[in-house]
Amino acid sequence: MSPDPSTVPSEPLLDAVPAPPATQRVMIGAASPMPLDGGDALGPFTLAYRTYGRLSPDRSNAVLVCHALTGDQYVADHHPVTGKPGWWDTMVGPGRPIDTERYFVVCANVIGGCMGSTGPADADPRTGNPFGLSFPVITVGDMVRAQALLLDHLGIDQLFAVIGGSMGGMQVLQWAVAYPERVFCAIPIATASRHSAQNIAFHEVGRQAIMADPDWRGGAYLLEGTRPVRGLAVARMAAHITYLSEPALHRKFGRNLQDRARLSFGFDADFQVESYLRHQGSAFVDRFDANSYLYITRAMDYFDLAGEHGGHLANAFRHGPKGTPVRFCLVSFTSDWLFPTSESRTIVHALNAVAANVSFVEIESDKGHDAFLLHEPAFWKVIRGFLDGCAEHRGLPPRAAE
Amino acid sequence: MTAAPRILGPLRTVQRPSGPIRDDFRMIVDLIEPGTRVLDVGCEDGRLLELLVEAKGVDGRGIELSMAGVHTAVSHGLSVIQGDADTDLNDYPSAAFDYVVLSQTIQATRDPRGVLDNLVRIGRRAIVSLPNFGYWRIRMQLLLNGRMPRTWQLGHEWWETPNIHLCTLTDFEDLCTRLGIVIETRRILGRGGARRTPLMPNLLAEQAVYLLSRR
Repeated sequence: MSPDPSTVPSEPLLDAVPAPPATQRVMIGAASPMPLDGGDALGPFTLAYRTYGRLSPDRSNAVLVCHALTGDQYVADHHPVTGKPGWWDTMVGPGRPIDTERYFVVCANVIGGCMGSTGPADADPRTGNPFGLSFPVITVGDMVRAQALLLDHLGIDQLFAVIGGSMGGMQVLQWAVAYPERVFCAIPIATASRHSAQNIAFHEVGRQAIMADPDWRGGAYLLEGTRPVRGLAVARMAAHITYLSEPALHRKFGRNLQDRARLSFGFDADFQVESYLRHQGSAFVDRFDANSYLYITRAMDYFDLAGEHGGHLANAFRHGPKGTPVRFCLVSFTSDWLFPTSESRTIVHALNAVAANVSFVEIESDKGHDAFLLHEPAFWKVIRGFLDGCAEHRGLPPRAAE
Repeated sequence: MTAAPRILGPLRTVQRPSGPIRDDFRMIVDLIEPGTRVLDVGCEDGRLLELLVEAKGVDGRGIELSMAGVHTAVSHGLSVIQGDADTDLNDYPSAAFDYVVLSQTIQATRDPRGVLDNLVRIGRRAIVSLPNFGYWRIRMQLLLNGRMPRTWQLGHEWWETPNIHLCTLTDFEDLCTRLGIVIETRRILGRGGARRTPLMPNLLAEQAVYLLSRR
């Protein structure tokens, strides 16, 4: 039976769809600098962001995507430096779980970053020279405060959803805690309410690798015309291992040799896994600033929601006499040892303690922490279902017939 | 309408059934006031929650042990967490819900007493449905065959059953009395879901649904 043509949604007119704009930028804190958790203030500063889809007339369909440590605003379109597809184009786009035909998606480069938002590589207006280490130490709370100012600029009072994995998940939690009335639903993925000692330790290894590189020059490498690419590459290599899992590494590489039939009895990259890590390191330095890496890892280390609420995580989610009004969906992955399921469960317990509206799903995967960025159809199905349910509660128009 | 299928399958399934609504679910839906806040403990794939949302417009939440059940429920837009009735109920504050539902699950908990105590603490009322191990067919199986009984509801072999704390209706009501729990309503289901008048319920009821509150 063919559908009645009058009920079939017509194709959007081509001339009604503007060409995707390049990264948008907004200047924030021009009138008064934004206070930072560390006591300093920042401003005026730039936030670089991308938007996808269209904001509905009642401004109720905005979804904020928060990126992870080395991510950026290019969620769903090609990266200007690497030319690679958007880092979450399996999740965000037309017909994807975060459907840009339905939602207005915003993603901003975090402050301290190096893809257009103000960070340590930018010029300090007081001196005209790159900030370097004179850039103030920032926190996840500061990143989120800046995003809230961006939403003010865009005229969005309440987000329909805020979603992100890893450090993005920390920002999601921070959003729900700092601005509960501005978030309808929150999806923290593969994350934690505080950075564990083990994770701080891994970050410290990365930072020490950067700072041990003679080209780092005490953080003033841009002034001195050097770049600590070796240190930054080592930091990336060490971190990359933590994003994977032993089974995933074994499946991908085993003990296979790289372009050779036998061991070299030297220190070349004999093994494929070594060659892979070296490639990860050298590709990373093309698109990332070493000082940004120091600042953003530090922000993650400082993240501790319970610590900011008298040691009781549940207190973070109290809102007046009742629990938080935000609807939560937490997701973890079985093989993620960087942000294991127990971290998500801790958050679920705290949310239960205030009788919050919470869903929690652990996804079976052997891909480690990075699973949230990879091919995981069961994960996509959960996100799509949760968002559809929330959209119904929020009174958003139903998804167009598929 | 034919009698419920007399299969020897597992009690807890995660496939969303498209078939008839479970008889105890119908009774539970009847007992719940519209627009209330409901926690379904052991909600499987969220079928009952979905019924409650559709029929009574409740603000529904669920806890389910099996990940397959949680996936199905959350993918259908329900608020469900993966968790364990024996441990996770302790987290919830008192009187957080109007109703806490435990359908066909109490016999599978490690500590039915602690769970029951938590149900009437977290909810202003609790609704518990359970299979009656005093049902005459179960008694006859044990008496005549000398083997652990198996019914369509309790279909597992003794060595693999999750139902480690089976009880009769009399046993259950006795525990309620000990815990100071008031039985406000009791609904009895006979063979294959037929509703019975409560004549010798401990012998003739295959299952029962209780509406409970703290004294």
